[in-house]
Amino acid sequence: MSGPYRLVRARPEPEFEISVDGAPVAVVPGQSVGAAMHGAGIRSWRTTRFGGRPRGLYCGIGVCFDCLVTVNGVPSLRACLTEARPGDLVTTGEAPAPSGAGGER
Amino acid sequence: MTRIHDLAVVGAGPAGVAGALTAALAGLDVVLVDGAGRPGGQYFRRPAEGFHAARPGALHHGLDRFTRQWEALRERAEVLLSTRVWAVERADGAITVRCLEGDREERPRTVTARGLLVATGAHDRPLPFPGWDLPGVLTAGGAQALLKGDLVVAGRRVVVAGTGPFLLPVAAGLADAGAQVLGVHEANRRFGLARHPLLAAGRAAEALGYAARLARHRVPYSGREAVIAAHGETALTHVTVASLDAAWRPLSTRTVECDTLACGYGFVPQLDLPLQLDCATRRDPDGGPVVAVDAGMRTSVPGVYAAGEATGVGGAALAEVEGRIAGRAAAADLGRPTPPDPALSRRRDRLAAFARALQGAYPLRPGWQDWLRDDTLVCRCEEVPLSAVREAQAMGAVDARSVKLLARPGMGWCQGRMCGYAVACLVGEDPAPPRRPIAQPVRLGDLAARARPAPDGRKTSSEG
Repeated sequence: MSGPYRLVRARPEPEFEISVDGAPVAVVPGQSVGAAMHGAGIRSWRTTRFGGRPRGLYCGIGVCFDCLVTVNGVPSLRACLTEARPGDLVTTGEAPAPSGAGGER
Repeated sequence: MTRIHDLAVVGAGPAGVAGALTAALAGLDVVLVDGAGRPGGQYFRRPAEGFHAARPGALHHGLDRFTRQWEALRERAEVLLSTRVWAVERADGAITVRCLEGDREERPRTVTARGLLVATGAHDRPLPFPGWDLPGVLTAGGAQALLKGDLVVAGRRVVVAGTGPFLLPVAAGLADAGAQVLGVHEANRRFGLARHPLLAAGRAAEALGYAARLARHRVPYSGREAVIAAHGETALTHVTVASLDAAWRPLSTRTVECDTLACGYGFVPQLDLPLQLDCATRRDPDGGPVVAVDAGMRTSVPGVYAAGEATGVGGAALAEVEGRIAGRAAAADLGRPTPPDPALSRRRDRLAAFARALQGAYPLRPGWQDWLRDDTLVCRCEEVPLSAVREAQAMGAVDARSVKLLARPGMGWCQGRMCGYAVACLVGEDPAPPRRPIAQPVRLGDLAARARPAPDGRKTSSEG
């Protein structure tokens, strides 16, 4: 059993799979899409609009919007806040521009 | 008929849960709202249910106490989890809290109450440096959240850097969980509080406990050092660690190979909701804005209370005490008998003084600006390099707002939450209170629906 599981004496439920660009990623029920991907060694899942720079998890708590991802065709979800569900299809790539509804005054 | 609660509480961390429980025990009809699917906020973030963790408290101080409060609250109040608040409004003495429910198929939901307790906590305060947007660079809180909430260790070879005592539990947690922590680099002096008279507050023992755990894992803890650059093509491969002078200017550097950097320079309170209501602010000792409150945690707006980090960054113990004080004040203001509790107020004063001393011991020094190069991104969202900020200044932008209009730092997805502090420093200002009329991303359709009057008979209450 790996370190953190032993630390909190976890008895995890059976893992399920999600698909990230066609590749299977194992998820313990309740984990976020972003945590499952990061834990599987996937460190980035989109590139930026201008510089094409790779981005993945940064703040981890829904504030920075770096980890935006498309799940089952729904774009611009924060991977760190989105709880994974069995069979989720995650597609990586470029994130669309902000809609303008969230801009600071 | 819209149900009007006595008190709406936003935030299920230590301040919000203590405040909601105190108000409910005093007889108020309380509703508590939090964006996360599990209670705890950032500090008491706990592993997902699917892990069936027998000892979740191994990653936290005081989790059992918080859990008892949460269980007691659930029997006495309505709790709405996975419900994000994007706006609050006040009219005719009632507060309307506009929310989105669910983490992907979002549904609008509106909560109405006579009073509001803002307990929205804080997020990491990053500083920019070359390469800080490389995958593998996380905030210290982000690495901690991965571990506490998802039992994912952020990396194999991890460097921890920044300032403040929070770095110690982050590093100790990662090391306990199996990561090779290569070093903790504190930009100020180590144990900055050790020479302070408030050492007696007992928190120094906690810090020394973490230091002992780090020593057991042979993790070096260095003062006056910082990670001033991160390197790699598509992900982090190594960092530049510098020794610093007293102003944080680099003196000498060395390279450390690693796959993960956890980095944080203190915290920024989340003030979107109180500022939407025009609550007055004041400056924390570090220059950042926080909500101004009286001895009962009342803001300048009648019926609106604030507790926890929103009123000044001070940690979970202070947050809980402030929540209890706010809950009592809300009950008293609505006519419920609440005898005074001077011991609680004294405890708040003591913990708040400690928090101020802590901020004084771990200040941010301006030498970090020397870490930046012309092409270093200051704003991650809009990919604004330092050179663009300097160009805007050369064109006559004298303040952060003008720089933002010309060069766009802070105009992207995060609404300046990540770069706001740095941009303010770069133009020589204290950070201004952030004005965000929309605190969470919201679909234009939901925004438009808010502008239309609800048709008769349509349920918009929390029972809708």
